Amino acid sequence: MLPVNFKSASTAIGLAVCALVSTNSFAQSGENLTPEKKGLEIAEKVKARDLGWGDSQTTLKMVLRNAAGQESTRKIRTKTLEVQNDGDKGLNIFDHPRDVKGTAFLSFSHPVGADDQWLYLPALKRVKRIASRNKSGPFMGSEFAYEDLASFEVEKYTYKFLREEPCAAGTCFVIEQYPVDKYSGYTRLVNWIDKEEYRSWKTEFYDRRNSLLKTLTVGDFRQYLDKYWRATDMNMVNHQTKKTTDLVWDEYQFKTGLTDADFNKNTLKRAK
Amino acid sequence: MAKLFTLERTVLSLALCLPFTNINAKVEFELAGKAEIEVTAYADEGQFPNQDYRTNLSIAAEPEFYWEWNNGDDSFTFRPFARGDENDEERSHGDIREFSWTHVNGNWEFHTGVRKVFWGVTEFNHLVDIINQTDSVDSFDGEEKLGQPMINISRVTDWGIFDTFVLVGFRERTFAGEDGRLRGSLIVDTDRANYESDDEEKHIDYAFRWSHSVSFFDLGVYWFDGTDREPLFQPRIVGGTTVLTPFYQQISQAGVDVQATIDSWLWKLEAIYQDSDNDEFLASQFGFEYTFYGINQTAADIGLLLEYGWDERDESSTRIAQNDIYLGARLTLNDSNDTALLIGMSYDADYHTRSLLIEASRRLSDHWTVALEGLVFKASNTDDAAAVLDEDDRLQLKLERYF
Repeated sequence: MLPVNFKSASTAIGLAVCALVSTNSFAQSGENLTPEKKGLEIAEKVKARDLGWGDSQTTLKMVLRNAAGQESTRKIRTKTLEVQNDGDKGLNIFDHPRDVKGTAFLSFSHPVGADDQWLYLPALKRVKRIASRNKSGPFMGSEFAYEDLASFEVEKYTYKFLREEPCAAGTCFVIEQYPVDKYSGYTRLVNWIDKEEYRSWKTEFYDRRNSLLKTLTVGDFRQYLDKYWRATDMNMVNHQTKKTTDLVWDEYQFKTGLTDADFNKNTLKRAK
Repeated sequence: MAKLFTLERTVLSLALCLPFTNINAKVEFELAGKAEIEVTAYADEGQFPNQDYRTNLSIAAEPEFYWEWNNGDDSFTFRPFARGDENDEERSHGDIREFSWTHVNGNWEFHTGVRKVFWGVTEFNHLVDIINQTDSVDSFDGEEKLGQPMINISRVTDWGIFDTFVLVGFRERTFAGEDGRLRGSLIVDTDRANYESDDEEKHIDYAFRWSHSVSFFDLGVYWFDGTDREPLFQPRIVGGTTVLTPFYQQISQAGVDVQATIDSWLWKLEAIYQDSDNDEFLASQFGFEYTFYGINQTAADIGLLLEYGWDERDESSTRIAQNDIYLGARLTLNDSNDTALLIGMSYDADYHTRSLLIEASRRLSDHWTVALEGLVFKASNTDDAAAVLDEDDRLQLKLERYF
């Protein structure tokens, strides 16, 4: 009896909250859904709010810190193109450290199945197609895996709604995400998404043995084109190695006129 | 016809717009590049006269000057190279690796000047790669190339990338001098090169290439017509000494390179068909690379490589890889210093020559990297071209400064 009572009590609170915050259409319809459906619905809203941005360019600084506090820095320029009904296309150009300067990375991501990835090595003038199987590998020696930096696609996970709780942005949905790809490095992710704008503020990553591996904390969101939110700061802590990586994103530029023609092996080779 | 018209118009607009772009657009400049110190220790003195030393010091620099204007649609790159070598005066040399103007117009790309172009997919031998001449004195693995003067027009379409090359002028291969190691018993006299063509090193070569990515395949097909980058050798007596003079013949060559990227597998194939007055043959280099990711729950990967080099002409082949097996293991730690270790072995199934290569590298700081390379040869048959390297086992330390 107790669970039922508890559930009806929380429903009553949920309804009361929703009566006050009537802007949230989800809460009104969502109460009768299973946790799985509710989780999926939240993920779909996250994606829906981030459609139509077209293309963007920004610069990224990564600061890697080991357990002893020693730092090393990476600088990367990124160009991203939104692709309708498929994953994004991306071109990353490395500026720092200097020995990888001019190295560039081209990726065509797909919601389901392997991404297409090419690496350009400037010393040899060689373009290498690389296996995208390595989703769980570290990106440039950082605490971010390739899969952590890939574009968010609903189909990449199955979901479960856990709870609502107060968070930095007011109230957050807490949902659990289970990677569909068998090559993912995680069994599950726990994601805090704010109810107002559907931005992800915090993510916990659980490794293949289901123990807590990393926590990502995201902050300083800025809004572009009056619609799209982008975080300026990200901090990833690896609880097992005590290493951390900070990502600091420059001001984004949207609708810069990038097209499909800017993402091919020729543009990869001349990326500077 | 419509395509030709577009091409003409683009070339025309290219010629017309040049004087204006300089005035209107902001020019951005960037200086980058590297300098290196290389120390080599040999296990023995060499087997030929003048190779009676066991250590060698060398320094090299390769700055890159880069200008960009017209929002990146136009750029100019100048990359000179110079090396000083303690013992080998042929290795003390300079080159213009790049001196070229690039203009981009939508899906068209125009390159004019001295450049380097790489084709191919395999790791142990670069069979299909033909545009640039090998700077064989600079690095033993054949991956250093001399700058090639060219006009290259490239067009990206939905059916792949089409490249046309007009290669104006030929670069002779570099060879170790009298005092150099890793050479044959006879010195290659690069001042006495001969050519099949009356145009000699002024012969204009052509190449056309189509390349495309379709699902997990990356493929390229090309046709080359011109001076072979690989010389034949003619013994000659100069001042009482026998030397080898390079002879560069005219060839037509078709090449294909394919890579299939499936999960952890990279399947690779390179093949050429070459036709000259002297010969006609097929050759191929093929194999795979398989990577184990996240070894022992760490970030480290181990890649295993297996390749086979084949030449239809068997023992009469002028190439090293005529019936050779290559085995390699690559360990990458994926740490913040990019620590990597490569072990490669080759075995010549005709001559039973074996070689072992160990390469370790790591970043020291934001500007410095260090690499250690060990090379061991075991030749049991003096008929093999590689037998001359039998006494050249060495360890090489390279310290590189990037700026």
